[in-house]
Amino acid sequence: MSVKLVNVSKVFRDQDDKGKEFTAVSNVNLEIHEGEMVTFLGPSGCGKTTTLRILSGFETPTTGEVYIDGELVNDIPANKRNTSMVFQSYAIFPHLSVAKNIGFGLELKGLKPKEIKVEVLKIMEVMGLTPLYDRRPDQLSGGQQQRVALARAIINKPGVLLFDEPLSNLDAKLRVQMRIEIRRIQQQFGITSIYVTHDQDEAMTVSDRIMVMDKGVIQQIGTPFEIYSRPKNLFVADFIGRANFIPGKVDKVSDQEIAILIKGRIHLFPSWNKELKAGDAVAVVVRPEGLHITGKGNGKSGLGSGKVLRVVYLGATVEYEIEVDGFETSVLAVTYNPVQEGFYKTGDLVDIDYEPISAHVVAAAR
Amino acid sequence: MPIFKKQIRQIKMISKDPLLFFVIIVLLVSLTLFILYPLFRVVVVSLQDQGKFSFANFVYAAKSWYMRQAFFNSLMMGVFTAILGTTVGFIFAYALTRANIPGRKFFNIMATIPIISPPFIGALSIIMLFGNNGFISSTLLGLRNPQIYGFRGLLFAQVLTFFPVAYITLRGVLESISPTLEDAAMDLGGSKWKVFLKVTLPLAIPGIASAMLVLFVESLADFGNPLILAGSKFPILSVQAYLEITGMYNLPRGAALAFVLLIPSVTAFFLQKYWVSKKQYITVTGKPTSSSNSVVSPAARWILFGVVCLFSAMILLIYITILWGAFAKTWGFDNSLTFRNFSYVFSVGFNAVKQTIIIAGLSTPVSGVIGMIIAFLVVRKNFPGKRFMELTSMLSFAIPGTVIGIGYILAFNQRPLYLTGTLAILLLNFIFRYLPVGIQSGVAVLRQIDPSIEEAAIDLGADASQTFRKITLPLMIPAFFSGLIFAFVRGMTAISAAIFLVSSRWNFMTVQIMSQVESGRLGAAAAFSVILVGIILVAIAVIRLLLRWRYGQTTSSILTN
Repeated sequence: MSVKLVNVSKVFRDQDDKGKEFTAVSNVNLEIHEGEMVTFLGPSGCGKTTTLRILSGFETPTTGEVYIDGELVNDIPANKRNTSMVFQSYAIFPHLSVAKNIGFGLELKGLKPKEIKVEVLKIMEVMGLTPLYDRRPDQLSGGQQQRVALARAIINKPGVLLFDEPLSNLDAKLRVQMRIEIRRIQQQFGITSIYVTHDQDEAMTVSDRIMVMDKGVIQQIGTPFEIYSRPKNLFVADFIGRANFIPGKVDKVSDQEIAILIKGRIHLFPSWNKELKAGDAVAVVVRPEGLHITGKGNGKSGLGSGKVLRVVYLGATVEYEIEVDGFETSVLAVTYNPVQEGFYKTGDLVDIDYEPISAHVVAAAR
Repeated sequence: MPIFKKQIRQIKMISKDPLLFFVIIVLLVSLTLFILYPLFRVVVVSLQDQGKFSFANFVYAAKSWYMRQAFFNSLMMGVFTAILGTTVGFIFAYALTRANIPGRKFFNIMATIPIISPPFIGALSIIMLFGNNGFISSTLLGLRNPQIYGFRGLLFAQVLTFFPVAYITLRGVLESISPTLEDAAMDLGGSKWKVFLKVTLPLAIPGIASAMLVLFVESLADFGNPLILAGSKFPILSVQAYLEITGMYNLPRGAALAFVLLIPSVTAFFLQKYWVSKKQYITVTGKPTSSSNSVVSPAARWILFGVVCLFSAMILLIYITILWGAFAKTWGFDNSLTFRNFSYVFSVGFNAVKQTIIIAGLSTPVSGVIGMIIAFLVVRKNFPGKRFMELTSMLSFAIPGTVIGIGYILAFNQRPLYLTGTLAILLLNFIFRYLPVGIQSGVAVLRQIDPSIEEAAIDLGADASQTFRKITLPLMIPAFFSGLIFAFVRGMTAISAAIFLVSSRWNFMTVQIMSQVESGRLGAAAAFSVILVGIILVAIAVIRLLLRWRYGQTTSSILTN
């Protein structure tokens, strides 16, 4: 089912001091297509969970409209909405067995115990939970609880599946495994899904599209590639992955290219950001893997030369922190396959190089 | 009008769930009718003189030296009981949580057993030991005119009766102070005494203040002990209000005294609830940390052990006295053993025993269920009147039984609510009076149940009542029963309100015990008390067994999840 948010805002009022207000979600517009999986990504307190809870019906928006499958659902309570949530704490009913937990929704719908059992066994099979049928929740591992929560949510065949940071209570290894599994099951059932997380790797792995939020405002909506490689603003560029920000000023803008003045030299970049105009202060975003290091004098792009401050050898990669002449902050460069590309030592003088295509220009002010 | 708008929105949300809406309305109405309205009647009647509005009753109370004395005595008793009771409670709590003294289990039982006894048992046994024909005063020492009535005797009885309340509060507080803090302070070079003064005590101060206020309220509200022990030279407000009504048939004057009694109680209660309890420190997060715990020096440990022993001996003495008195031929003259008191009790008071069990047995489960529902609504739901519901239902704790008893006879003595002398008036009184017990234990569990567990049920399609029945209530069951035990005990041992509401048709054991004391039949009173405590112990055992049988494995795991 499709989901649509139109101008949704949520303002919380302080319980004790009615004058104090906190805008958790501000003017969110979003459309999610049938069968799509969209991640809400952002730092804690950015409004992503509140937005999810507005969709599930646990919070009512202060203003704006929520549509599920084209129908306005603002006044439909949570228990009547065609959404199912997987909770951060799993929220397994501690007094019910695994099978009873999974079958809870069907029991509420008034299905006969026999029918429930058939359905429950079917879903448990898919989730690899079959041996746990009669187990009590306190006898389950974290990963198993997670699966039970997911099974309980999808057995109802919801129109929209909501995940509220579902993996944050698992250890790192299990997390990697589960996010792949969640994606597999989501695609297998083709359920429209919304996934809240603050972990960008998770967001990259599971999503068709990512919505990055900060302070209640949408910063960018796009595919994982767009979010990482074509960030819309400084916040997104900074929040997703690691980045070097090279300060500059817009000199000229044309349809294809944008000319940026850096350290008195003009650099040309593909013009993706149409909002910039001549004279704007900008930051050129170059990811560490987009910077190349060459011996002094070999540089082609003319970004500058500098001195290696620190070397971190990680085996597969080597990270260099480089003090570049004329830059206020040092830059970070990563080389892959160091055996082939060669090593540099602390104190070495190097040139830094980049391809304009792997750089991206954003406005300097957030 | 943003606030008003919010309330309309809340009403709109609730009205989508008609059952919830209905329950809230019924609760708000009955809380108003059975808690606030009687209080309102007390105020109204106290301001009447021969049917007209007048301050005459208060003027009388202020002018009368005797009444002023009663007011002063009550406050003084409250303050002294609060200080001494909290001190004893703290010593017990500290000795049992920190000092690693031997026999902690035994001392814990000694310090909690007064809670499951009628609150006047201390007074009764003091009379039996130190009264005119007392075992110690008369039989052993041969004193003619012992001075036990009045301040000293009453203080002694109240401290022994109420220190367990302070003990339980402070034990919780001390257990929540992480011993690693004390270890850290010692590690930084503090001596044991300094660590106690600079770390443990300051962290416990909010708990101590809270215990003192609770004890102050309990002492002011106490009726049984002063009725037996205060004597005519040492008037106490709660007893005077009772005497005005049952002795002088002066309802307005009794109401005025009740009103005067209400003010300090309610003040202390609100201080405790909204000021002190907010200052509580929480230093244990997550798993309790174990400590080597050598914060108490050996000398201090033995001193604590001595004090704890002394008080436990006194408590034992009280119970042995009651037990012996129940089986003694004529207490004070012929202490040889007999069953005569029991056969007397059964011939005279069998109905009272039966009726007490009926009243407490009917009212406590109802009170418990309503308490759980209110706890659920208050913790989990938003609706206009929520604050009102929370406040009114907890108010019962602050209102001295005497006041609410007077309030009930004033409120329900005319049509359409003519309930005087019926079973209903006793049941209603008990249900609403012990509501806070259920609410408190309910709130405590609910705070431990992750709200997303209930949200998960709603998300899967359950409405409010299905969520409550299928998810919340089963998770609250253990707390429900432990609340039930406590409410049952308080119901069985209640006297201050019940004494106004009993009739020839419906009588109450505690009231019977009082009248036996008043007519000097101490043996019968003791036998009655023994039966009463026996019933309570049996009831506790039955509820415990039921719980273990039905929820044996799961009760502990539910709370840790």
